[in-house]
Amino acid sequence: MKISQAFGMAFSSLRSNLMRAFLTMLGMIIGVGAVIAMISLMDGMIAYTTDQFQDMGTDLLAVNITNYGSKKVTEQQFYDFIGEYPEQFGDMSPYYNMNISVRSKQELEKKSSVIGVSEDYADMNSFEVEKGRFLAYADIVNRSRVCVIGSYTAEHYFGETEPLGATLRLGTDTYQIVGVLKEKVDSTENSLDDCIFAPYSVIGRKMGMSSPSMLYIQMKDPDHSKDAQKLLEDYLYSVFHDTDCYMITNMAQLLDMMQDMTGVMQKILVGIAGISLLVAGIGIMNIMLVSVSERTREIGIRKSLGAKKKDIMRQFVIEAGTLSTIGGGIGILLGGLATTLLGNLIGMNCAPSMRAIILSFGVSAGIGLLFGYMPANKAAKLNPIDALRSE
Amino acid sequence: MEEQSHLIVLDDIHKIYQMGDTQVRANDGISFTVDHGEMVAIVGKSGSGKSTIMNIIGALDVPTSGKYFLNGIDVSQMSDDELAVIRNKQIGFIFQQYNLLPKMNLLRNVELPLLYAGVGDYERKERAMASLKRVGLGDKWKNLPNQLSGGQQQRVSIARALVGNPSLILADEPTGALDSRTSRDVLDFLKELNNEGNTIIIITHDNSIALEARRIIKIHDGQVVFDGEAQEYRKQVLG
Repeated sequence: MKISQAFGMAFSSLRSNLMRAFLTMLGMIIGVGAVIAMISLMDGMIAYTTDQFQDMGTDLLAVNITNYGSKKVTEQQFYDFIGEYPEQFGDMSPYYNMNISVRSKQELEKKSSVIGVSEDYADMNSFEVEKGRFLAYADIVNRSRVCVIGSYTAEHYFGETEPLGATLRLGTDTYQIVGVLKEKVDSTENSLDDCIFAPYSVIGRKMGMSSPSMLYIQMKDPDHSKDAQKLLEDYLYSVFHDTDCYMITNMAQLLDMMQDMTGVMQKILVGIAGISLLVAGIGIMNIMLVSVSERTREIGIRKSLGAKKKDIMRQFVIEAGTLSTIGGGIGILLGGLATTLLGNLIGMNCAPSMRAIILSFGVSAGIGLLFGYMPANKAAKLNPIDALRSE
Repeated sequence: MEEQSHLIVLDDIHKIYQMGDTQVRANDGISFTVDHGEMVAIVGKSGSGKSTIMNIIGALDVPTSGKYFLNGIDVSQMSDDELAVIRNKQIGFIFQQYNLLPKMNLLRNVELPLLYAGVGDYERKERAMASLKRVGLGDKWKNLPNQLSGGQQQRVSIARALVGNPSLILADEPTGALDSRTSRDVLDFLKELNNEGNTIIIITHDNSIALEARRIIKIHDGQVVFDGEAQEYRKQVLG
């Protein structure tokens, strides 16, 4: 008997008991749908966190100097150090964080942090300037009292009036606003849009510090971030002779770790969803066993007419395979739909991945064949005389 | 040996079933031959061993000991799949309960033996249709079996038995489920097939059916107790 004929036979047999076929498939539909939704949603989440991290600059090394004592590394010394390795390091910016009361002409007052950074800080963090300009090298050298503010800050202190060219009082000093940044998140308080940047030379002195406690260094080749990190560690060790005095955070590594963690979580969730596939497979096996007992007489008739073991075997395996494959197909549609809907609901851009589709379809078809095998084998082994005698 | 010239040669067939501790000798040394073109009735009460010998002749089972040649081929030692091929090519079964597949139309029911023989689509349909026409049900090919009367269903099963051009038609109580008039029709049809050269074996417990055949073999306690002409049987056995 040809395979195509066997498929035709399987279809007509399933058609003759549609309700049962559908209920059996339902397990497969839910299982496959769940696996696809899980994989795709987690893929979306990984893409989302990666995006967020990249905004924070995955090519950056963050240096924290926790204990200076008598030893210190000034900005100039850092610039000299990175200047020695032009292949490894790009821009650099110190990071002074000063909490201070900030006031505008309109007498609005609020405690804010003012960040002292270099002129390269905007590029390193891919900030875009809406109006005016970012800090310039001249501002650093001349210790100019200028600042650049975020979109929330502009809104908060100036409302409808033009912030560019206006002034803000940071503590006792007056700073001129030379630039307003483009909205980065959603212009809410304490977000990335709530910020004031000023030259590090000004803020450092105002805080009474002669060397930065924190700074960011950009790497030219983030794929080999470990090499750059090692250079920096060696340099800092040569100054402090104590690894407890400083700490280097590698954003790229942090991202890797984050991705590893979400990856593990994805595997666990997919594993749980996979259990439902297993249960669906057992459901198929169960219904096929019932089907074999119900059709014992049919098997006897077929055998008396010349069906060989493999013919009967093939008939039942194909039936089970067809059940699980159709179920898997519907599950793919449903999983894709669920992914898109849920993705929209939680505001992430999720699409069912090809990987998820191939994986779950393969597993469902495989489970159908695997769990169809046992009942089919039972049917094939039936003795035709006994099978014919059954009612 | 003579097995070359006979269609069926049964030589000292024993079939022993193990039932717990006791052995049941269902066939206890049965030997006879059947030639091409014969019409034979195998008759016996229930428990006589006639079903067992039918299963062996029909290649549904193999004997515990003894030889069975069908068309010169030794069937007595065959594996399950080899027996399936013999059933498919050499034997056409007619059952008491018709044994049609209820969810298939008549044409597809009649096609089944050809399907398992690997006959291609077109030829299969042609031959199945011809066979259905032969039993006078060509116009009903689309119907399901349960839309037909018992006599018609039995004719479909005869069409199915004929479709593969078997060397032997084996009818197991073919009229057992039919009223006397349709029984008559079916028996006449079998006789007609026999007149056309088909070899037919009817298994029955009913002497009146057996007497329709030219030759009668009576089985009792697993042995042949009569083998001869129908008139002889009427005289000797029925008195």
